[in-house]
Amino acid sequence: MNTITNVDQSIFSKRKRANTIGLTLSMGAMLLGMVFLFWILSVLLYKGFSAIDLNLFIHSTPAPGSEGGGLANAIVGSLLLVGTCTFFSTPIGVLAGLYLSEYGDRSRVAAITRFVTDIMLSAPSIVIGLFVYAFIVAQAKHFSGWAGTVALALIAIPVVVRTTENMLRLVPGSLREAAYALGTPKWKVAFKVTLRAAQSGVMTGILLALARVSGETAPLLFTALNNQFFSTNMNAPMANLPVVIFQFAMSPYDNWVELAWGGALLITFAVLGLNILARVVFREKVQG
Amino acid sequence: MSNFKSMFDLNQIDSQGGKVVTTNQQSGQAVINALEVRNLNFYYGSFQGLKDINLDIEQGKVTAFIGPSGCGKSTLLRTLNRMYDLYPGQRAEGEINFYGQNILEPGQDLNLLRSRIGMVFQKPTPFPMSIYENIAFGVRLYERLSRAEMDERVEWALNKAALWNEAKDKLNQSGLSLSGGQQQRLCIARGVAVKPSVMLLDEPTSALDPISTGKIEELINELKHEYTIAIVTHNMQQAARVSDYTAYMYLGSLVEYGKTDEIFIKPKRKETEDYITGRFG
Repeated sequence: MNTITNVDQSIFSKRKRANTIGLTLSMGAMLLGMVFLFWILSVLLYKGFSAIDLNLFIHSTPAPGSEGGGLANAIVGSLLLVGTCTFFSTPIGVLAGLYLSEYGDRSRVAAITRFVTDIMLSAPSIVIGLFVYAFIVAQAKHFSGWAGTVALALIAIPVVVRTTENMLRLVPGSLREAAYALGTPKWKVAFKVTLRAAQSGVMTGILLALARVSGETAPLLFTALNNQFFSTNMNAPMANLPVVIFQFAMSPYDNWVELAWGGALLITFAVLGLNILARVVFREKVQG
Repeated sequence: MSNFKSMFDLNQIDSQGGKVVTTNQQSGQAVINALEVRNLNFYYGSFQGLKDINLDIEQGKVTAFIGPSGCGKSTLLRTLNRMYDLYPGQRAEGEINFYGQNILEPGQDLNLLRSRIGMVFQKPTPFPMSIYENIAFGVRLYERLSRAEMDERVEWALNKAALWNEAKDKLNQSGLSLSGGQQQRLCIARGVAVKPSVMLLDEPTSALDPISTGKIEELINELKHEYTIAIVTHNMQQAARVSDYTAYMYLGSLVEYGKTDEIFIKPKRKETEDYITGRFG
């Protein structure tokens, strides 16, 4: 072919063949994943979209046998549960992450905290639900929104702790040294300089934890349970999207099943939105 | 002149150890030392990073530390504000007298010490906040100023660092939006703003282009009227240009220390001469 190069054609074409095979295999794997993702999304869109109308947002879940109805109580319940969960798990998670990265570092307490956090990260959510059931619901003798909040927080906190710690570790030591060199006390270095430098990464972690808990069903089954009526009382059982979907999807009533599809679509969009937001927040930091 | 030479001879300093004020023979003025290092040994765990260092850093002068990589010059600088204290396993023995107070003694308030002995690092390290806040941050730690006084201080510090003209219209922008050279001058401004008495510069220009380097060198010449400056540099010409005294270090030991003119023109030790003339290092 080309006389100028001293490339051995047999080696070259062998490498090209290997490249083609590798590329085909990885494209196939990617397609397999994408097919299922889009299958799920299209079914969800097809079935769920018809359920989404104004009634979904203004009416509460219908009684068995009655017509129509919406998900207003479940939407508000989910927002309340996830909102209170964020309110409590953000400071706890961020402070624990700050401790692990800035204070504990190589101490024994930090090593144990890290180990426990890692276990909690991979703990099945149903176990966490059972735990809260045993310690809060069984003691109080009734299901409640607060119990749901605690269960969700137990899932969210380890995520926030680990991302916060990892993000703080990415802050170069030279920045900390520069702050110390001005005579800055340690707590100020940690809060005003290091945490600030990592803030968008920490925010991303919080958003991803939010996305994670907003779809959790198992821990809520044992704790917040469900409520057919509109309620904002955190001391009482509380409606929420995942449990409503779980119960309605298995019901014999057509309008219930349709509402379940609508709820599933709502949650999917919420999680998608949170993920996109997390990416945007993180990208802004990288650029600025 | 011979007096001068002998005065800064290493052995001579040893024999004078502990004396705060020595007489400058040439001008007849009293020489005040901001820092006096006596029998300083430094350890990274079991590795000895500095070996029996003795030297004086004169007030209002620029003292440069030169030597090949790993010779201990940055280590020495980091003992002067006890920066090493941040890391477990690093320890110093001996004495470092800061206007007569041994800062290696236990019970020192390190934050207060570091507000008196400022430091600028090799890589620019602006804080993730506005240019204004970058400077106000350090000032607020130890002084309570009104808004107007703070504005004035920020302008003063930026002027000192020759950055005011470039930054005055974007004080509210992030310090990270500045160029590398500007960031480094911001870090110098930040250090100057807290009005320390000593400034330690750890290779402040090694990450900068020649023009930024030039600006920072001018700055050092400007600042030495009010501050005592110790600078670590890899650049021999820079040491020659900016410093009054030069210390040549090798393998953790202070090989030669004296007036920059003498070190560069007529070093007493063969090793120093080899290093300076580029035969080694």
